[in-house]
Amino acid sequence: MIDSKKYIAAFSITAVIFATAIFVSNIIGQKKLEDVRTIENRVALDILSSETQFALLEETSCKDIGPGFLSKELGSLGGKLVYAENQTGFNTEDIDYLKRSYFLLEIKDYLLMKRLTEKCGIKPTFILYFYSTKDSCEDCERMGYVLTALRDKYPDLRVYSFDYHFDVGAINTLVSIYKVKPDLPAMIINTQTYYGYHSVEDLEKSVPALRELARRARLLEASATSTERQN
Amino acid sequence: MAEIQTIILYCSLFISLFFEVFLLITYLEVREELVLEEKMLSQKIERFPSVSIIVPCFNEETTLKKTILSLLNLDYPANQLKIIAVDDGSTDGTLRELAQFENHPQISILTKENGGKYTALNLALEKAQSDLVGCLDADSLVNSDALKKIVPFFDDTSTMAVTSAIKVIEPRSVLQYAQKIEYNCSIFIRRMLSSIGALYVTPGPFSIFRTQVFRELGGYRHGYQGEDVEIALRMQKHRYKIVNSHMAHVYTTTPMHFGALYKQRVRWVYSFLNNAFDYREMFFNRKYGHVGIFILPVALSSIFSVIYVTLSTVWNSVSRVLEAFTKFKTVGFDWNFSTFSFDWFFFNTSAIPFLLLGTIIFTFIIFSLAIKMADGKVRFSRGVFYYPILYIFIVPLWSMKAVFNIIFKKQTNWR
Repeated sequence: MIDSKKYIAAFSITAVIFATAIFVSNIIGQKKLEDVRTIENRVALDILSSETQFALLEETSCKDIGPGFLSKELGSLGGKLVYAENQTGFNTEDIDYLKRSYFLLEIKDYLLMKRLTEKCGIKPTFILYFYSTKDSCEDCERMGYVLTALRDKYPDLRVYSFDYHFDVGAINTLVSIYKVKPDLPAMIINTQTYYGYHSVEDLEKSVPALRELARRARLLEASATSTERQN
Repeated sequence: MAEIQTIILYCSLFISLFFEVFLLITYLEVREELVLEEKMLSQKIERFPSVSIIVPCFNEETTLKKTILSLLNLDYPANQLKIIAVDDGSTDGTLRELAQFENHPQISILTKENGGKYTALNLALEKAQSDLVGCLDADSLVNSDALKKIVPFFDDTSTMAVTSAIKVIEPRSVLQYAQKIEYNCSIFIRRMLSSIGALYVTPGPFSIFRTQVFRELGGYRHGYQGEDVEIALRMQKHRYKIVNSHMAHVYTTTPMHFGALYKQRVRWVYSFLNNAFDYREMFFNRKYGHVGIFILPVALSSIFSVIYVTLSTVWNSVSRVLEAFTKFKTVGFDWNFSTFSFDWFFFNTSAIPFLLLGTIIFTFIIFSLAIKMADGKVRFSRGVFYYPILYIFIVPLWSMKAVFNIIFKKQTNWR
């Protein structure tokens, strides 16, 4: 004779343990996304602050623009979103919303950067990068490593990455402005479009803005070494 | 694909956790029964039924003498205990060892051509005239009171077989320490399964049957080298009651090295899977009680979930290694560790790690109950750590090999 009560009890206890684990995981997942949202809010505030400062430039000079003019947190924000997207336990709707906000913040930051370079005559050091998550894209994966390595090497370089197929009107506008074909990965550096995979060395050789950054980095290193020797 | 992997992983974890909770509930239910059982086993036995113990031997010269001496040392009336040693065509000094006992009044020695363990057992069964008949593998030793801790269970006329508590003889290697904990866990699990009538194996080391079982159901069968599983399933199919005496201690020699353990376990899994297939009508069949509705399906699913989880972990690890290799090929190795910073965001906080933690906690509770049941007190030896760490890696190996042998119809050998 089978004692069904025992099965019901065991099932209930197991279900409670499962529900608790899922509940705790969801709470932590929400907390993580909350952190991402906080960073996005900070970035939005940074951009607003920079835009305000930029508006005031009419009355001041480019010299007043300090090193913290552009937000430093966009890069880490992207990394966290990529991680969250590849993990289970996160609400996909929340992630989609945060990705949408992230892409819009990137575009706003890019526009600000562009205006700044025009106004103050700074050589542009930014890359618009389009990748795909819709189809398998090995070159996109490799290109991502290259751009991360470049950003680590040149902290002044700003890389704005966009999911080509993500349904955001502003991304579609960017795609049509620069006439980016769906032949991914694609990069826009100084209005010039590059398709396919390019190594760090290739980019450093062929892209003038990166050559300039490399030169600046070498100078900075040399001066740091000589200061160290003097000390 | 990833979603399917996750669902299967969740199902496997649910079944494991459910089984552990089920065992613990059973333990809470039978605690009083265990106390009563201990009292019952400490009482004087009024009537000693006649018992024949069969010792099948094939190339057992190193352990055989000790096995027979341990049987002769049993605290049981000599006129009621017979030992039938069967040499199954050994090619070593087994016969010479047996010859030392040929004039012993309690011992009969039979010899035959090699035909496998079940044939040796069946030859002895033909000679057995006793009320009870049992088997003791020639690499095992019995505690002197083992039979006295088994016989009282036959006072219940519905009891048809009693299995014992198998422990490991003096562990020396890391693997043997791990097996000691595994065997202790089996003592606990078998005792719990006994309470719900769900024992599905009557192990070679000292399982005792009413002789009528073999008269009514026939002798041992090949059972894909697992005659002990086959006879137990046959008995369950005919609703013959099998119980376990956790106080009847038997000590067995366990493989010292991986190769021997691997072969032994491939055989165990192979025979279980084949016998489970032969007795598939018992699965999910309420007629067969807990063994059909729950225990056999869980035992079967555990083999496949071990294989699935292992393959999926290997697949994920290989993907990560390939990813790291692609990154290395693309941008080289980043030696700049100064940029490394701790960020809890990148810790896996999905439900899986919490569920794994829950399963591990329940496993350790079962470990402690098992050690207490086997050794009388909770004392964590090094085996407690060796067992989970080693078995995580080696169980999938023999499970996969057994399934491979079945799929590709490869013979699984005894040794």
